Amino acid sequence: MLQRTYSLIALIAIWAVVAALLQSRLLPGPLTIGAAILTDTRTGELPFQMACTLGRVAASFVIAMILGTIAGYAMGRSKTFDRYADPWLVVLLNMPALVIILFAYIWIGLDETAAILAVAVNKLPNVVVVMREGARALDPELDEMAKAYQFARFSRIRNLVLPQLAPYLAASSRSGLSIVWKIVLVVELIGRPNGVGFVLGSAFSLFDMAKILSYAICFIVLMLVIESLVVQPLERRANRWRRRPA
Amino acid sequence: MNDAQTAGDAAPLELRIAAKSFLSADGARVDVVRDLQLRLEAGSFAAGLDPDFRGQLRTPGSGRLGIVFQEPRLLPWRTVEDNVRLALPADHANVELGDLFEILGLGSHLTRYPAELSLGLARRTAIARAFAVGPDFLLLDEPFVSLDEAIANRLREELLALTARAKVTTLLVTHDLTEAVEMADRLFFLSDRPTHIILEKALPPPRGGRSSDVVASISDEMRALVAQAAIAHAKR
Repeated sequence: MLQRTYSLIALIAIWAVVAALLQSRLLPGPLTIGAAILTDTRTGELPFQMACTLGRVAASFVIAMILGTIAGYAMGRSKTFDRYADPWLVVLLNMPALVIILFAYIWIGLDETAAILAVAVNKLPNVVVVMREGARALDPELDEMAKAYQFARFSRIRNLVLPQLAPYLAASSRSGLSIVWKIVLVVELIGRPNGVGFVLGSAFSLFDMAKILSYAICFIVLMLVIESLVVQPLERRANRWRRRPA
Repeated sequence: MNDAQTAGDAAPLELRIAAKSFLSADGARVDVVRDLQLRLEAGSFAAGLDPDFRGQLRTPGSGRLGIVFQEPRLLPWRTVEDNVRLALPADHANVELGDLFEILGLGSHLTRYPAELSLGLARRTAIARAFAVGPDFLLLDEPFVSLDEAIANRLREELLALTARAKVTTLLVTHDLTEAVEMADRLFFLSDRPTHIILEKALPPPRGGRSSDVVASISDEMRALVAQAAIAHAKR
């Protein structure tokens, strides 16, 4: 933990020194950025834009995780289904994010549904790939045990399937969260009237480096906080049965 | 598969498998069972002796099955108590299990996870699970294998006490003739694949109470009979 803090402080110090030496509008120092963040927080502009983006991240993340888990599980369990669905998956995996976003905006319109759907579809194939591996790795011996003891379907999913899928769920949500928020910014840049991506777009046209840096930093920090306060505790909880070295 | 329920709690078990086979990795057909028939009286304890037999007897007809697999097959992410309770059928869900846990020496381990248990304790948990469901039939797949002899012996005694108390029809699959003679009142000797019965033998009572001399002499007698039966079988 201490090393991580030192490393971060070093990064900010280098940034401050370079900014002070260059004295350029294109690289504002940490103090300028700090001031910009404070101002926009007081006016409510920054929290509002972050909330818009966060809402889109949450919605598309949840949609992609649910659909991707169901599809991945089905593909992992049924060879026939896998053979039919795999080519679609390959197409989706290799479709550039930008193309999916453009399709969504053109077919559905420049609205919230299109934005969220575009992000979810971008994230979906990665979830499917990971969850399919998870479903393939399910232990047939435990399955046999559950069959012999006639576990109810719900109990089987809750007590047998989900705990075995937990590491895969954790892996795909962690990688997923970072993919999703990056794509949300692009979606906002292209077709939304608010959100961090929209602000970055307008700041870019004005060459306003202070604004770009302050919003980007705030959002990265927010994602780090979510990762360490939500994702990691959930992962620890799911893994508490593993034997730990004393 | 089982006949109409007879008087008392336990039910007879009748098992018929005409043939069972699977495809091996190279695509060849492997016959694992051919024309296997056995019938167990209600409340009896039978032992089937064969290397390849395990893994083939899995499906009960009607009646509730308690099964102890050779590997304990516990859910690693559930505690000992939850592992047992999760197997309970809905109409049995709130049954009192304290006695069962005490008999099997699990009382102080209920909140532990399987990774923290020795193999002996994990087997006990699996046995507790099998009895907790209130089984009509009990299938034990080499439940004493790779335990040290003292622990295995205690577990055998506990298991006999439990089967007597629960009035359950039991089939024990094992390699160990001595163990079979000690515990069962009927023995089925099985052939190599495809599995079928080459010799069926009822043992004189009392089940479980036989002295080691008696066990040894019955075992010798059985070995001789099996050898004869195998020769007769080979000639056919």
